[in-house]
Amino acid sequence: MIHFVVHEEGDSVGTIVVEDVKANTDLVGWIMEEDKTLNLPTISDIPIGHKVALKDLAEGDTVIKYGVDIGRVIAPIKAGEHLHVHNVKTKRW
Amino acid sequence: MIDKNTQFLGYRRQNGAVGVRNHVIILPVDDISNAACEAVAHNIKGTMALPHPYGRLQFGADLDLHFRTLIGTGSNPNVAAVVVIGIEEGWTKKIVDGIAKTGKPVLGYSIELHGDHDTIMRASRGARELVQYASELQREPCNLADLWVSTKCGESDTTSGCGANPTVGNAFDKLYDMGNTLCFGETTELTGGEQIVAARCRTDQVREDFMKMFNRYQEVVDRHKTSDLSESQPTKGNIAGGLTTIEEKALGNIQKIGKKCMVDGVLDKAETPTGRGLWFMDSSSAAAEMVTLCAASGFAVHFFPTGQGNVVGNPIVPVIKICANPRTVRTMGEHIDVDTSGLLQRDINMDAAGDVLLDMLLRTANGRLTAAEALGHREFVLTRLYESA
Repeated sequence: MIHFVVHEEGDSVGTIVVEDVKANTDLVGWIMEEDKTLNLPTISDIPIGHKVALKDLAEGDTVIKYGVDIGRVIAPIKAGEHLHVHNVKTKRW
Repeated sequence: MIDKNTQFLGYRRQNGAVGVRNHVIILPVDDISNAACEAVAHNIKGTMALPHPYGRLQFGADLDLHFRTLIGTGSNPNVAAVVVIGIEEGWTKKIVDGIAKTGKPVLGYSIELHGDHDTIMRASRGARELVQYASELQREPCNLADLWVSTKCGESDTTSGCGANPTVGNAFDKLYDMGNTLCFGETTELTGGEQIVAARCRTDQVREDFMKMFNRYQEVVDRHKTSDLSESQPTKGNIAGGLTTIEEKALGNIQKIGKKCMVDGVLDKAETPTGRGLWFMDSSSAAAEMVTLCAASGFAVHFFPTGQGNVVGNPIVPVIKICANPRTVRTMGEHIDVDTSGLLQRDINMDAAGDVLLDMLLRTANGRLTAAEALGHREFVLTRLYESA
C-alpha cells in the first residue's frame, strides 16, 4: 500500500493518495521519478490529496515540488506535518 | 498498440477534416434568437440547439471573437450541417458564409420582417432537410493521426499533477510522435511554470509570442485583482483537494504536455491551427469556456483530467474524463471515463496509463459516448473580452 507519492527526489513534500491518514502513523511513500520507496511518520491528520512535509521547514524557506519552487513557508513546519494554505503561500500574487 | 497506422471509423467532411460525431446544430447568432432555435430543435428530432447569452452590441476584438467562435463551432468536423438563426440578416449571413467555407450544408434565417413563428416554420423545413442529409452520411476508415485532440484539466487537486495530468502527457507524447494536431491552454494557470513552457517552444518566435500572451494575461489579473486570487485561481475546489499555490497548480497543469512535445505555435482564442503538432491557445482556465474555444478552433476530441471531479461536457465534442483520485472515482464514478488511480498505487506505470487513455480515445472516436455525453452535459460558454457597448 502506497500512502503518499513524491514526484521526484529532492522534493520537500509528498502527496497523500489514500483516505483517513491520521497523526502518529507510519506511512509508506513512493518517489515516482526514481521509483524508490521511503517511510515517514505523520504528526498530523492529513486528508487525501493534501501534502505532507518530508523534512523540517523554517519560515521563509522555499517549498520544492516537481523539482521547482512552488511557494514560501509562512509558519514553521515539521517533517510529517500537514502542509497547506495555513503554512505556505504563493510568491506570485 | 496504437500507432501512426491505427485507424478509426469517422466522418470525413468536405474540407478533409475528420470528425467523430455527426451533429446537426441550430445555432443562434444572438441571445434573442435562442427561443426560435430551441423551437426548431424541438420540432426536428436529431438536431440540437446551442443557446447562449451574447451577440448584441459587442464590438472590436470581442465581436471578432464572437464571430470566430460561432463560425468555428459550425465548422467543427463533428458537425454535419448547421441552421443559423439571428435577429437581423447581416450578421446571420456573416456566420453562414463563414461556416459555408468548409463546404458543409448551412442555412440561415433572420427574424426581422418575419417574426418567430414564420422563422421557426422556415428554419424547421431547412433543419428537416439537413438532418435527413446527415442521417445518410456513413463513417469510413480514417487515420487516428488525423484526429485533432485538445486538453484542459479542471477541478484539479494534487492527484491531477501526479496522476491524471501526466497520463494525458504520456498520451500526448505518443500522439505528437504520430503526427496529431494537439492543443493546450489555460494561460493564467501556467503561472509559476511559464519558463518551463517557454523552454519547450520550438522557435524563438513561438517563445516570444507565448510570453507576450502570458504577460498580457498576468497584466489583466494584476489590474483587476483584489487579493491573491485564492478561491479563484486556485479555486476553492482546488484548495479543498490539496493544491496550495498557483505555482503548484501550474506545475501539475504542465504535466499534460508530457516530456517530449514541443510547442509548435500559439493560437488566439478560437483560432484554427495551420499545421500539425502541439499548439498553445491563449485561453481562460474556466472549463466550459476553454472547451468551447477548443471546439471552435476545430478540435474533435478533448482530454479532460480531473481531481475533485469536474462534470463539464460540450455539445459537439466528446470530453473524456480522466481521474486518479480514488475518492472521486468512488463518489462520482458516473462522470469518469478513465480511472487511473492505480497509477498512484504503483499498480500500473505511466506508459500503461497513457495506453489506456489512447485506447479510450480510439473507442470514443469509433462512437463510444463519453460519460459527459451520456449524462447530457452540453456546456456551450462563450468567452467575453469586455463589456458590450
